[in-house]
Amino acid sequence: MKLIKKLWMLVLLMAIPAMAIASGASFHLDHAPGNLNDKASLQRGAQFFAANCLACHSAAYMRYNRLMDIGMSEDEVRKLLPEGSKLGSTMKAMMDSESAKAAFSVAPPDLSVIARSRGTDWLYTYLRSFYVDTARPNGVNNLLFPLVAMPNVLGGMQGEQVLQIEKKEGHEAQMLKLTTPGSMSTAEFDATVGDLVNYLDFMSEPAKLVRYKLGYIVLGFLFLLLILTYALKKEFWRDIH
Amino acid sequence: MKLLKNLVGWVDERFPLLDTWKEHLSEYYAPKNFNFWYFFGSLALLVLVIQIVTGIFLTMSYKPDALFAFASVEFIMRDVQWGWLLRYIHSTGASMFFVVVYLHIFRGMMYGSYRKPRELLWIIGVVIYLALMAEAFMGYLLPWGQMSFWGAQVIVNLFSSVPFIGPDLSVLIRGDYVISDATLNRFFALHVIAVPLVLAGLVFVHLIALHKVGSNNPDGIEIKKHKDANGHPLDGIPFHPYYTVKDMVGVVAFLIVFSAIVFFAPDVGGYFLEANNFVPANPMQTPAHIAPVWYFTPYYAILRAVPPMFGSQFPGVIAMGIGAIAVVFLPWLDRGKVKSIRYRGPIYKAFLASFVVSFIGLGYLGMMPVTPTYTLISQVLSVVYFAFFILMPWYTKIDKCKHEPDRVTFK
Repeated sequence: MKLIKKLWMLVLLMAIPAMAIASGASFHLDHAPGNLNDKASLQRGAQFFAANCLACHSAAYMRYNRLMDIGMSEDEVRKLLPEGSKLGSTMKAMMDSESAKAAFSVAPPDLSVIARSRGTDWLYTYLRSFYVDTARPNGVNNLLFPLVAMPNVLGGMQGEQVLQIEKKEGHEAQMLKLTTPGSMSTAEFDATVGDLVNYLDFMSEPAKLVRYKLGYIVLGFLFLLLILTYALKKEFWRDIH
Repeated sequence: MKLLKNLVGWVDERFPLLDTWKEHLSEYYAPKNFNFWYFFGSLALLVLVIQIVTGIFLTMSYKPDALFAFASVEFIMRDVQWGWLLRYIHSTGASMFFVVVYLHIFRGMMYGSYRKPRELLWIIGVVIYLALMAEAFMGYLLPWGQMSFWGAQVIVNLFSSVPFIGPDLSVLIRGDYVISDATLNRFFALHVIAVPLVLAGLVFVHLIALHKVGSNNPDGIEIKKHKDANGHPLDGIPFHPYYTVKDMVGVVAFLIVFSAIVFFAPDVGGYFLEANNFVPANPMQTPAHIAPVWYFTPYYAILRAVPPMFGSQFPGVIAMGIGAIAVVFLPWLDRGKVKSIRYRGPIYKAFLASFVVSFIGLGYLGMMPVTPTYTLISQVLSVVYFAFFILMPWYTKIDKCKHEPDRVTFK
């Protein structure tokens, strides 16, 4: 009996630390300052996305007219339409994927659901983690995504960063340092990327805008129903002793 | 009203409508002392209905074609009216089905619901569970994301480790040498028609078997031992209206949890919908980390815990298979004098608790990448998992049980 109790304790003791160990060392991601209720931010992100990302990337499941969900007028959306596209067209890349593949050696991924597969924090960190690396064919590398094929499209805005290795409490920490300023200040650039990532989050699931709102109504209804069904049960069960 | 009565009368002369109603609802006597754990049977039935109804509507817009499957799911999420809601209810329903069924099985274990005369009822239940696993596994391929593809690849490859027939068997399952369009087509057929038909049939048989032997209860004693003058059990109450109104409370409480997930966190942090499954399936690019969905991970951990023998993974596959169906042997392993945990001794309770710890621990480890420490812990927990079953004839016999009451406890 005592033996069994001891064995059981042993199992518990072994199981608990196993649960506690996290998945191990991972890159520290900066928190993306997204807010899907901020329509102005989503619209800035959408404009920025159309101007800068759609040159190479597609968003093949996203229709232009869904931009009206974030408060853009039909005219504003029409201004973003490439030639030959209709309001209900999906977002295609300006560059066809064959020539993109020839230029970058890999085809740029479709961005429709990129915020779901990568996560917004990842995207926010990634877009701000390019640094100068002359060993790379396009002259840049990325701290979060080493040997990335994508050129630093936003480099003109952010400026040039270099990689520095600092010794902190005996650990080597990789740091990025801005050496040449770009057209934006760091704060401006971070805010711009924040808007873009916020938009990518919306684009990955446009229904999110209504999902939460509907959720409160459904839960409110169900709580009322819970009270009613509970009262009904009480009433029926009064005569059971 | 008179018209309705005439109609019922007309039908009743040709079909045992009122008899069926009486036998299974208004005069099916269930013990009056059901507790919280007894909600999960009716909830499992509810989830089955939810899955079938949402599944029918999803099928109307989904395309089982390797070229279009991923896009058609996004089409449902964006362009189909309420498509996102249907899809989230279905994906949440898949995981919640297992939550409910695991709790339902655990209820049976705690109160000895598998013991005589309910062995066949129990076996049918385990077969339902197996069909459910097949249904979930095949359904998971349909979104055609990276996890769909590679998860299916890993699991189907397990069948190729079967001696002699393995390679042919895995080709038969896939319809190809790799997971491909052919696999997607047959999994779709099996997922939307074959397995649901089997499930519906088995659930029907499960209910009929239940109503033949009568429900067990938290005290694990037979209410049929004490009957009134009319032959009704003294501790039994008609299922309708008492348990229909009670189950309605359970249904609404369950729907609150269900809706909270559907509307506020349908991914459940990657447990219900994995992030990597939003990348279209790419046969040329193996993901760094492949893990099945949470409800399969305890068995996956057992598989990985068993080292290859004679250059074959087959022993691990066998251990995984036995692990998944082990509960089916409970009626013949349990030698306890009482059924319910309420009157069991401390040894059984310790073993049941260690079984729960091992199941949850293995489930966690099955999601994690392989490390030597994790493998060692998986091996220990696998031993604990199987020890619960293998040692059961011994520890249930020597355990000191308390005296069972004559009538059910009901406050």
